Amino acid sequence: MKRRSRKSSETVLYGLDPLIIRDPYEIVYRHSYAQDSPFFAGLTKGKLLGSHCPKCRVTYATPRSHCYRCGGATKWRAIPKQGTIHTYTTCYYGGEAFLDETPFILVLVAFEGVETLFLSRLIGARPEEVRIGMEVAARFSSTPSFRVTDVWFEPKARP
Amino acid sequence: MPSIKTDPRVYMIAGGITPFKKRYDDKDFRLMVKEAYDMALAEVPRLTPDRIDGAVGSYFSDHFTRQLKAASMVQDYLGLCPKPSKRIEGGGATGGLCFQSAWEAVASGRMSVCVAFGFETMSRVNTWKGNEFIALASDTNFDFPVGGFYTGYYAMMVRRHMHEFGTTAEQMALVSVKNHANALYNPFAQKPRRLTVQEVRSSLMVADPLTMLDICTMSDGAAVCILADEKSAERFGRDPIAITGVGSGSDTMRMADRPHGKVPLLPHERAADYRHLKYPGVHSFRGGRMAAKLAYEMAGITRPLEELDFIELHDAYTSSEIQTYEDLGLCKYGEGGKFVEDGHPFLSNVDYGLKLANPGTLPVNPSGGLLACGHPVGATGLMQAVFAYWQLQGSIKKHMKKETLQVWNAKRGLIHSHAGTGTYITVTVMEKP
Repeated sequence: MKRRSRKSSETVLYGLDPLIIRDPYEIVYRHSYAQDSPFFAGLTKGKLLGSHCPKCRVTYATPRSHCYRCGGATKWRAIPKQGTIHTYTTCYYGGEAFLDETPFILVLVAFEGVETLFLSRLIGARPEEVRIGMEVAARFSSTPSFRVTDVWFEPKARP
Repeated sequence: MPSIKTDPRVYMIAGGITPFKKRYDDKDFRLMVKEAYDMALAEVPRLTPDRIDGAVGSYFSDHFTRQLKAASMVQDYLGLCPKPSKRIEGGGATGGLCFQSAWEAVASGRMSVCVAFGFETMSRVNTWKGNEFIALASDTNFDFPVGGFYTGYYAMMVRRHMHEFGTTAEQMALVSVKNHANALYNPFAQKPRRLTVQEVRSSLMVADPLTMLDICTMSDGAAVCILADEKSAERFGRDPIAITGVGSGSDTMRMADRPHGKVPLLPHERAADYRHLKYPGVHSFRGGRMAAKLAYEMAGITRPLEELDFIELHDAYTSSEIQTYEDLGLCKYGEGGKFVEDGHPFLSNVDYGLKLANPGTLPVNPSGGLLACGHPVGATGLMQAVFAYWQLQGSIKKHMKKETLQVWNAKRGLIHSHAGTGTYITVTVMEKP
C-alpha cells in the first residue's frame, strides 16, 4: 500500500451537521503579458513605458496598445520618471495575498503631459506625510520579478 | 415567427429574498434561491410554473462558488429546465444587470414571464481571501499586484473627492449611521446597528479614510424577481409595479485610465455649473451618470430630487453613496457631502440621534442598503428591486412586520447597482402603474 503523506487532499472535517469539509484549491497559470510585454521588460531597464496615440496626441501612463479614443494603434513612449500624487491611501488591511505587507501606501501618480495616471506603491514616506500634489520619483527593482511591482515611487529627494 | 410587441412595458409581479447572513452552512446556493423563489411564487398563486418562459441567473464570482455553471444548477433545482436560461455576471452590478436582462427578455417580446434570480455564497472563504477574490475583478496585470484591495481603490477615489470638493469623513460617517439605523427595522438585514459618527470614525481603519463601518460586509443570500409583460401582469399579478426607466453605463477597467472631460448634463443642470470641473477623474462615476441619464430619459424624469420618492443605491462604501447622489443628479457634483449633512436622504420618522435640518426630502437606502443589509453580490441588485417593489406596493409592513421603513405614498423609486470603481453601473426606475 502506498504511504500517504499529509497533504492537501487529506480530508479535514470542520463540522458534522451539516457536514463541512476543508476544500483546498491551487492553480498555476501560464500567463502571457502579450502585447503589454514591452512595459514589463522596460521596468527591468529602469524605463516607464506608456502609450502614445499619434493621431489623438494623447499619452497614456498605463499602456494600452490601442487608443480608446480613435481605436488606432499606439506607439510606445517613455513617460517621465517623476510625477505628482493625484490621490493616495494607506491600506491597513488587504487581500490575503498582501496582508503581511500592510500597512502600505497606494498612490495614483500624475505625469506632466500625460493624460492618464499610474497606480503604484509609495515607499519611504510615513502615512501622515503623504499629500496630494507631492512630488514623487520612480524607483526600479534591481532584481526584477516581471510584475508591475518592479516599479514603485518614493518622495522626490529635496535638493 | 415571433411577434414583436408594440408596448414594451414590463412589470415586476413578485419578489422574494432570504435574510442576508454572514453564512448559511445549512443551505447551499440552490436552496437559498429556492426559498426566495418560493416566497415570490407564493405572491402570485395563479402563476403556475408552465407560465414561466425562462430565467436569468446571476452570481458574481466563480471563485466563491468554486462551481462553474452554478446558475445551471439553480435552474435545474427550481425545476425550470428545459426553459431558456443564462447567467449574467458584472462584478458588483451583477444583480442590477440580471434584473435589466430579465427586463430585456420581456421588453423584446421574447418572454412574457421571466424569472431573475441571484445569489452569492461569500462565507466559503475567510474575509481577506474574499477581499482578494473581489480584487481579482481589477486589472490583474496592473492593479491587483500592487496591493489588490477594493477598499484601497475607493479610499483613493474619495480622497480625491475630498480634495476637489471638501467632502469630510464625518459626512461619510453620517451615511453609515443612517443606513445601519434604517436596518434596525428590516428583518432581512445582516448588520442593523445604532451608531454615532464618533463610533464610525473610531472603528478600525481599513484604508484611510474608510473605516470598518464605512464598508459593507461579506454575505450569503439570495433574491428573486419575477418580471412580466402587461398581459401577464394583469393576469397573474396582484399588485404589479411598472419598470419605466432602464439605463446603464461603464467606465475603464483601471481607474488610472479615467480621462478628464466634461460632465454629461442632466436636464436640470447647466454647463456653467461645472465650468472648472475636470470630469470624471477618479472622484466621480461617469458610468453612473450615463446610467442615470438614460434611465431618466426613458422614464421622463427631468428633476430627479422632486420626481423620485426613494432610492435604493449601491452603498458598498459610505463614500460611494455620497458620490452616487451626485451621479444621480440629486445635488450638483461636489454637494454630496452637504446633501447628507442636511439630512435629505434620511427617513423623517427614524431617530438617528442626530439633529438634521431637512430629513426625508428623498430617503436613500431606507432598507439599510448594502452597508447594513449585506452584499451577497449576485443577489444585491435584486434585493434592491424587491425592497423597491414593496415600497411601491405599500407592503413594507406585511413583509417586514413593522412599517417604520415605509415611505408613504411612494409612487416612483430608483434602484442602482454598481461594479468595481464604477466599471458597470445600472439604474432602473420603478413606478406604481
